[in-house]
Amino acid sequence: MSSTTAAKPYVPKTRVGKVTDYVDSRVGGSGIVKEFGRKIFPDHWTFMFGEVALYTFVILLISGTFLTFFYDPSMAETNYDGSYLPLRGVEMSVAYASSLDISFDIRGGLFMRQIHHWAALLFVASVAVHMLRVFFTGAFRRPREFNWVVGCVLLILSLAAGFTGYSLPDDLLSGNGLRIIDGVMKAIPVVGTYLSFFLFGGEFPGTMIIGRLYVLHILLIPAVILLLIGIHLFMVVLHKHSQFPGPGRTNTNVVGYPVGPVYAAKAGGFFFIVFGVLAAIAAAFTINPIWNYGPYDPSPVSAGTQPDWYIGWVDGALRLMPGTLGDNFTFEFLLPFPWGVNTLSLNVLIPALVPAMIVFTAMFAWPWIEAWVTKDKREHHLLNRPRNAPTRTAIGVAGVTFYCVMWAAASSDLIATHFMVSLNDVTYWLRFLVIFGPIAAFMVSRRISLALQRKDREIALHGRETGRIVRLPHGEFIEVHEQVDDYSRYKLVAFESPEVMVPKPDADGKVSRLDKVHGRVSRFFFEDRVAPVTPREIEASHGDHHEEVAGAKDREAITSR
Amino acid sequence: MADSSHGAPGSSVTVATPGRTPEQFENPGLPPHRPRLADRDPRAEKRAERQVALLFFISILGTLLFFAGYFFVELDQTIARLRLQNLLLGLGTAFAMLGIGVGIVHWAKTLMPDHEVTESRHEIRPEQDRRDAEKIVNDILDESGIKRRPLIRNTLLGAALLAPLPAIAIFRDLGPLPGDVLRQTMWDTGVRLTRDPSGTPIRASDVTIGSAFHVIPEGLNEAEHKLEEKAKAVVLLMRLDPEELNPSPGREDWAYDGIVAYSKICTHVGCPVALYEQQTHHLLCPCHQSTFDLEQECKVIFGPAARPLPQLPIEVDSEGYLVASSDFQEPVGPSFWERG
Repeated sequence: MSSTTAAKPYVPKTRVGKVTDYVDSRVGGSGIVKEFGRKIFPDHWTFMFGEVALYTFVILLISGTFLTFFYDPSMAETNYDGSYLPLRGVEMSVAYASSLDISFDIRGGLFMRQIHHWAALLFVASVAVHMLRVFFTGAFRRPREFNWVVGCVLLILSLAAGFTGYSLPDDLLSGNGLRIIDGVMKAIPVVGTYLSFFLFGGEFPGTMIIGRLYVLHILLIPAVILLLIGIHLFMVVLHKHSQFPGPGRTNTNVVGYPVGPVYAAKAGGFFFIVFGVLAAIAAAFTINPIWNYGPYDPSPVSAGTQPDWYIGWVDGALRLMPGTLGDNFTFEFLLPFPWGVNTLSLNVLIPALVPAMIVFTAMFAWPWIEAWVTKDKREHHLLNRPRNAPTRTAIGVAGVTFYCVMWAAASSDLIATHFMVSLNDVTYWLRFLVIFGPIAAFMVSRRISLALQRKDREIALHGRETGRIVRLPHGEFIEVHEQVDDYSRYKLVAFESPEVMVPKPDADGKVSRLDKVHGRVSRFFFEDRVAPVTPREIEASHGDHHEEVAGAKDREAITSR
Repeated sequence: MADSSHGAPGSSVTVATPGRTPEQFENPGLPPHRPRLADRDPRAEKRAERQVALLFFISILGTLLFFAGYFFVELDQTIARLRLQNLLLGLGTAFAMLGIGVGIVHWAKTLMPDHEVTESRHEIRPEQDRRDAEKIVNDILDESGIKRRPLIRNTLLGAALLAPLPAIAIFRDLGPLPGDVLRQTMWDTGVRLTRDPSGTPIRASDVTIGSAFHVIPEGLNEAEHKLEEKAKAVVLLMRLDPEELNPSPGREDWAYDGIVAYSKICTHVGCPVALYEQQTHHLLCPCHQSTFDLEQECKVIFGPAARPLPQLPIEVDSEGYLVASSDFQEPVGPSFWERG
């Protein structure tokens, strides 16, 4: 920049310029506009799930704030005198009474409760689906490992937010849910009973728990979620969004639409769409009709109750675990110690902790496990199509199957009553499936991935089937294949297919035990593989496969007629 | 054809002209831009513009619908009216939001430029920065002297480990210690069995064969910690043919003429075992389907519970009412570490 232009003070001419100048010369900001105004975001429908999660969280904050103005978390006894006649005069907690008031006496209160509950269900669902997207496309690989971990923590926090909120109305349904939590907590060795007494402020149910959950639900958990969302998005900007491989898309660029105006419009508009869809659901579909359940009372319980969907898998695991085997073996052990006998309830501890530990440990560690297997330390900004990472995809599908069987088990009684089958048989089948389902799912989905890769190879090599059958002069029938164009073909061949790494002996000619293990794991991952088509193969196939050539000649012959 | 499709590196059909063709496909670059209808046809452009405006107009109508539902639907203590208002508020909001959202997205997709733009990625941080940072951190550590002065380091470490303990200890008063409360319920010698929730006592003659009662101890409704006591003391009362009960030694006099009382709190995680199958004499917990057999002193015959339901010993007082002979002989409800 020459000194003459630098000496001349900048005088804005447009109205936007004047506003910019006014703001920028006081607090800055033109740098942010320069950074973000035209920043490029890649576009793909699967990138939408994270947006849904973010927007539902905003809707949760808005609707939740409204609810806090009318909700009272006190467990003091009161006699209901609101508008819902069937419960008039019934003794209940203030928390439940105020939840009823929100539903019946505050205009729009029921709508806010319903949109809040539906948004919570969608929030956890969209976080989960978003994570599945990230997993199956390999978006967790370097440099995005930390952001994956932040995402895992966000998933756990969204579950915590959901559960603490679920209990607040203090109705019969959520009270029984809390009772189950109390029972599970008491099964924890050594400290369980104390934890329960500290959480509930004494014996279950006590008079403290709702107030404590309320503070967690409206203050602590959302604050941490908000903080982590900030970190999450900061890292997204830092890394720039990943993209699927394709024509023009490389590991060193980002192809997409600029934030202003296209991406901002699409993403901003999408917020209103998510809000609108949730409002439509809340308008038409009742969720958690607490007035049907009545106040919490430790004696009654309704049959066929279900927890909110995201807790279902733990509840299902609790149902699947047998408490006894045969006539004499029980999973409750009495441990003789010098100071007396202690009780270890494995029939509660195993289902409550082990599946969750398996799923979450695998989730948190996966980026490093996979990096160890592939020995791949490069940066990855190009995503995998799930079929192009068959073993990872198969492990993911096995995990989803494991989860879904437990989730189905949370409805074992409803499955039995709706399909008129024996409840015991449903449980036996699900016990079988929770072990063997994931194994079968692993094998089947890996085969499907490999088959899809082979199909891609077929298309890349021989083109797509046109469905036109042509008879050659010597009587043979062939189907005419049409070569795909360069852009479409590139989508089919732009992937890497790692090979099995054989352990190499060191200077002494020895192979360390870890290397041997790594060799075996590497074989497990990459023994069955399909390599991408190379240009050489295409050339060879054009030379070798005379029917292609014949087909092409035929095509000419047919079109020239 | 099958040969070339599995793509195993050793057996692929790569034969021709090594060295002349590249190993991988060249990236062909962005495909040429395909103009949309509105890019070519001014009438289509005008139409898209009108569609967007119409969607925004629908949003305005939605907001009006919300106000109509809010101000003109009077709540009258009926569920039907509440539902109507909820429907109008929800649909109004839905149209208001969807009108804006779909309108903006339609606008972006049809009228805003749809040329894909390429931006290059940069290294997250240049290596030089990393080296500088390493040096700065090392200099800071050196200047602080923390490595050279182990006495300072170790005492600081000890202090820092201890300092958070008060922050944990201060939560001690979140609740009392369990003590013996989990081992005691309101039941005691001579406490009458009464109906839940009314609290009226039950005569042995009221309990016919095949019937079941939900039972609370007399005086529970007036108890100070009603819910806590109820969470432990609720009982199921059933009458079977005395021949179908098979009491174990020492429990022969816990029943009265085929009438038995068992804790209603599941030994699994504490749900009320509220379902009684009269024909099979099974008790079923609706939460996790633990099944208990009354003919075998509520032994677990299915599901995740590991212990039988505790039995409450009962007898009849001089007026013919059912009373407890004592408290439960073991803690009720889910297991806990100290239970023993």
